[in-house]
Amino acid sequence: MHNLTLAELAQALRNKEYSSVELTRHFLDRIGRLDARLNSFITVTEESALNAAAAADRLLSSGNAPALTGVPFAHKDIFCTEGTKTSCGSKMLDNFIAPYDATCVTKLKAAGTVMLGKTNMDEFAMGSSNETSYYGPVRNPWDTAAVPGGSSGGSAAAVAARLTPGASGTDTGGSIRQPAALCGITGIKPTYGRVSRYGMIAFASSLDQGGPMARTAEDCALLLGAMAGFDPRDSTSVEQAVPDYSTDLNKSIEGLKIGLPKEYFSDGLDGEVAKAIEAAIQEFRILGAEVVEVSLRNTQLAVPTYYVVAPAEASSNLARYDGVRFGHRCAEPRDLIDLYKRSRGEGFGAEVKRRIMVGTYVLSAGYYDAYYLKAQQLRQLISQDFKQAFNEVDVIMGPATPTAAFNLGEKVDDPVTMYLSDIYTIAVNLAGLPGMSIPAGFVGKRPVGLQLIGNYFDEARLLNVAHRYQQATDWHARCPEGFE
Amino acid sequence: MEWETVIGLEIHAQLATRSKIFSGAATAYGAAPNTQACAVDLGLPGVLPVLNKEAVRMAAKFGLAVGATVASRSVFARKNYFYPDLPKGYQISQYELPVVQHGQVQIELENGESKTIGVTRAHLEEDAGKSLHEDFHGLTGIDLNRAGTPLLEIVSEPDMRSAKEAVAYMKKIHSLVTYLEICDGNMQEGSFRCDANVSVRHKGEHRFGTRCEIKNLNSFRFVERAINFEVERQIDILESGGKISQETRLYDANKDETRSMRSKEEAFDYRYFPDPDLLPLEIDPAFVEEMRATLPELPDEKRERFSYEFGLPPYDAGVLTSSRELADFYEAALVASGGEPKLAANWVMGELLGALNKEGKELADSPVSAAMLGGMLRRIADNTISGKIAKQVFEAMWNGEGDADTVIEKHGLKQVTDSVAIEKIIDEVLAKNPQQLADYRSGKDKLFGFFIGQVMKASQGKANPQQLNELLKKKLSA
Repeated sequence: MHNLTLAELAQALRNKEYSSVELTRHFLDRIGRLDARLNSFITVTEESALNAAAAADRLLSSGNAPALTGVPFAHKDIFCTEGTKTSCGSKMLDNFIAPYDATCVTKLKAAGTVMLGKTNMDEFAMGSSNETSYYGPVRNPWDTAAVPGGSSGGSAAAVAARLTPGASGTDTGGSIRQPAALCGITGIKPTYGRVSRYGMIAFASSLDQGGPMARTAEDCALLLGAMAGFDPRDSTSVEQAVPDYSTDLNKSIEGLKIGLPKEYFSDGLDGEVAKAIEAAIQEFRILGAEVVEVSLRNTQLAVPTYYVVAPAEASSNLARYDGVRFGHRCAEPRDLIDLYKRSRGEGFGAEVKRRIMVGTYVLSAGYYDAYYLKAQQLRQLISQDFKQAFNEVDVIMGPATPTAAFNLGEKVDDPVTMYLSDIYTIAVNLAGLPGMSIPAGFVGKRPVGLQLIGNYFDEARLLNVAHRYQQATDWHARCPEGFE
Repeated sequence: MEWETVIGLEIHAQLATRSKIFSGAATAYGAAPNTQACAVDLGLPGVLPVLNKEAVRMAAKFGLAVGATVASRSVFARKNYFYPDLPKGYQISQYELPVVQHGQVQIELENGESKTIGVTRAHLEEDAGKSLHEDFHGLTGIDLNRAGTPLLEIVSEPDMRSAKEAVAYMKKIHSLVTYLEICDGNMQEGSFRCDANVSVRHKGEHRFGTRCEIKNLNSFRFVERAINFEVERQIDILESGGKISQETRLYDANKDETRSMRSKEEAFDYRYFPDPDLLPLEIDPAFVEEMRATLPELPDEKRERFSYEFGLPPYDAGVLTSSRELADFYEAALVASGGEPKLAANWVMGELLGALNKEGKELADSPVSAAMLGGMLRRIADNTISGKIAKQVFEAMWNGEGDADTVIEKHGLKQVTDSVAIEKIIDEVLAKNPQQLADYRSGKDKLFGFFIGQVMKASQGKANPQQLNELLKKKLSA
């Protein structure tokens, strides 16, 4: 059962080939047996999953069930889930039981999914390797010496290892696409404002966007359809109708104009990754696409811009974790300042502290103009680059990451090198565009991801293009050894 | 050396919306602690603010009332600082681009002249919760009911030159926000409070002196006293060769003094930046016009109308329009009286306000309603009772004995207008006082008043004074 895609499982449930309870038990059993190798889940909600599955089965027999009824699913532990621990990968929230559901959670519940549990992640989504989690690193199912990527590393690893047919992720600088690439699965970061951020614990509010991770574009289309939409509780969500992303999946891509940013194929790119990407592009040519070179001139500025904007917003977003109302509180505080210092000092890990300090610095009087304001201006330039490119092409393609998965511990003491692993994904967040990563080959045992970048609200096209590629290739169907 | 005081005020008016500025929780005052704070107000992980449009409407109305620009685009910013009653670790406010820009109001000075005070800006922001230091045995309690309550912070130019001017300005803003019904104006509950920036300089000097900010003044009296204390303090320092250090001070009403709270060096760096959770606030001209159409008659317009429509002296018109409630009361009483503007003004400003003041009551709690007062005035106008008897009637109404007609009937206070009856009393009085009568006739004119008094006494005050006057004159000269 676990080798079927989410779309196939949904159909099998409708056909009564098995019940949701059987299916849910099957995945819970796999998690129980196999996740010790990966550490991809922080919390497994066995009891509530089986109850939800039983309810789904009743709904399925009534014949009036929504599309994803009874399909098991996992949420990144950044989404608030009522009555379940929502830790955000941090000691700070180790004791936090969310009193409400995030809009995404509500919507996926309404679509019928059954939550298996909450997946591991970098602390407060700050990291590219899942090594900053309070709950320990996640391992890559393709090679357990390798990282799964981050910050949605738990979701990516769990999907790749077939411990769940799909999972939610969030992407602030590449946190869906980079782990999807490193774990050989399909993930889409929608246009900023397409999916509600309500109940998704904020890292950098102007960049954060939730999205689905699954094995195929077809699955992502189903999931995105359920997650997307205007939410009156999120002022930055956009009031625009949600198309049926499945409708046009099979549309021909003959004549599609693909732009390859020359800046994405320069020095920092690993040769083996480059080869895989070039092979994938060749496949698109065969499918009838036209490939041209484009320029995203300010690519080099994306990482420094991001590392001003994101920490600035984070330093403010994380101020609420003060030990007063919820979360970690230090023992026996002497006074208010001691309460703040020790609660935050003990509750946050090193990477989170580093970003809070950077963010506090760039917003400080006397530095604001030189850093924060300048970064906002650069952000405009980066958006302009994309705008110009999309005057000429329909989709931009390139590598999702400069290398395949690196080893655990390899970059953990070198934050700048770690930050550079998001060099191809970060600009997309700064511009607010939709981006996707799909499996496109391997370097040795480790997967390579092809990134697709679309124009605003052009998710349907990205999914169509990805689906056509997946009809012609089988990278997405490969299974890591030991998880068959 | 003559000193000049320079004052600017930052007034915080709590907007009278039903729900909070960024959440759906209720704003009512006085609920049990932490019962009116939802997930958004508590700053739980993952929550987001959504702007309450009613607060925007109110801010726009205020902007129009002070002749300001209602900005077509304004931006919410985060003001970052840690405090236990500030749940998110930042306050959502407006910083560089406020919703209301460049307005002005007129205040009346004691010498009868008026003066223009600039309103630099007014911006929307959320209030913090409350820290409760009593009753917790060395700990601090947090009540977040107030967290997220909408505030309009109204910032003046440093245009005021005395504590009295500052109070006049604050009263003017108070009357505007209550006229507009965007704030209940309740200072005791903190719905209307201010911070005062005070400095002194030599008269004729153009540069400002170093200022101190006095925080959280919640009564007109405290504003006046705190400023006066602060001005004295600063002059004393300067005259003894010292320097003023820029700082934030607190006014202690019990000791009637201001005390240092934090110095400039200790001032927070608030790290303002645009709140990425909220889009810029965009207001189109049609919305502004829609708001303009809803504006009520404002205090200045009403005062002028009271002058020309009712022929009231400027002072009366000013007092009666100082609050919308009082002006409405006056107009209602006037209508009920059948139209005696000056008489109604005298009664409202004299007996009514006096009685309220004496018992520390608000107009809304007055036992004598506008209709009751007007009904009584009608009886003065139609000669049923004299002005003197009316005071008795008023007192009886105040004590809950019913309306004027009921009181007059019950106590038999109806004026005697029957000439024969009055003449009869006059005759009796004259007969009883032969000596005074003789003295009067020999030239002691002053005794006329004596006879009036005696007749009034004999009639229990009910003789019509005018008739009595004429009849007595006739009798005495007979």
